[in-house]
Amino acid sequence: MFSNNGFIILLTLLIALMASITPMPLSVDAFRPDWVLIVLVYWCLALPNKVNIVTAWVMGFILDVLLGSVLGVHACAMALSIYIVVVNFQKIRNFSVWQQALIIGVLSAQYHLVVFWLQRFLSDVVFLPNYLYPVITTIVLWPWVFLLLRRVRRHFRIA
Amino acid sequence: MNPIFNQGTSPAHRLIMVLCCSVALIFFDHKMASFETARGYLQSLVSPLQYMANAPKQMLTWASENIVIRQQLMEENQNFRENELFFHEQVMQLNIVRQENARLRSLLSSPVRGEIKKMFAEILSVDSDPYSHQVLINRGATDGVYEGQPVLDEKGIVGQILHVGVSSSRVLLISDISHAIPVRIQRNGLRLIASGSGQIDRLIHNFVPHSADVQEGDLLVTSGLGGKYPEGYPVSRVVLVRTDESREFATIYSEPVAQIDRLRYMLLLSKDETVNAVPPISSSKAAVGKS
Repeated sequence: MFSNNGFIILLTLLIALMASITPMPLSVDAFRPDWVLIVLVYWCLALPNKVNIVTAWVMGFILDVLLGSVLGVHACAMALSIYIVVVNFQKIRNFSVWQQALIIGVLSAQYHLVVFWLQRFLSDVVFLPNYLYPVITTIVLWPWVFLLLRRVRRHFRIA
Repeated sequence: MNPIFNQGTSPAHRLIMVLCCSVALIFFDHKMASFETARGYLQSLVSPLQYMANAPKQMLTWASENIVIRQQLMEENQNFRENELFFHEQVMQLNIVRQENARLRSLLSSPVRGEIKKMFAEILSVDSDPYSHQVLINRGATDGVYEGQPVLDEKGIVGQILHVGVSSSRVLLISDISHAIPVRIQRNGLRLIASGSGQIDRLIHNFVPHSADVQEGDLLVTSGLGGKYPEGYPVSRVVLVRTDESREFATIYSEPVAQIDRLRYMLLLSKDETVNAVPPISSSKAAVGKS
């Protein structure tokens, strides 16, 4: 993972982790996009030989520690979402950016639902529609993150 | 390396492997609670990340605290002076009342309540997971924080310490769905349990009979029965009492007194009352005499 400027991948993932825990006002907080998921999806599409399900699982695990949830919940959901990307990366690559954004939306919704189901299984939380608000921001954010990370990848010649 | 020809384990195998890992982790963490010490270490490992994530907000507050006009500062100072005078007057009264209380308690030969040690803490970041209500504070094991320690702000009870790291720790708020706190109504001493509802402005009181004397606006204070929270701190105020006879129990909601969505500074209470508490003199002498 660290050959050919691979540490840049790690750096972007760390920034994504930080973005997903920075304190925000309560009203904006509900719309916080899934930074880690977006960045992981990009690297999985671009360099599937470097970033894979295990990377996703480790990132999810760190997210679990950072968010204080039961260990393994976010890890499991993240691994499931990234699995879909890894299996279909050649198809998803050929879509236009907006079509990709919709796919990311579905992945993000799946991620949140898996997290909710696991939490529901562990403790009796109730479903509120605002648990799915991040899906909207994630869809909007994807094209920008895609362009930015592609520029980063080309600039540092990460291969 | 050509990504068309996959090498190594296939994605499906990897997925099954990590899913097994997740299930094992969830089981051991949730059902067996066997990761408590490991969690402390993990918490300390990621705390640099949390301090870094908190840096922009810290900078903004620093800026907003430094860029104030003289007029504002003077007004604030004036307010603080007035408050100080006011509190001093209350402290004078409090000392007399405390002495009297200690004397009365020793007459009743019940243990005198000692001073509770307090520690100041600042909020580090708010948890963004919508399923659990937690905040992170900038005190850890090196400051003597321990698990289950009660936390309050200037208005009332906020929650208790959940995980302790080396330099930061996690507070479980009273509004979390897995939290419950024994309370009593200040007006008449009726005991209730306040469970978190997962909504920041609501606590639920289950299993209260219709005949119970609860009114809207009643202040609920900690009863000290669970042994976790010291007695007498305000927790919440009753906002809704519905006695629908078709239901088995009354529906009672209350709103936390502490400003849980606007936390910044908090106090941690240490429970070494037992060390300070003076045992009733007569019974201890009797015990010595017998042995």
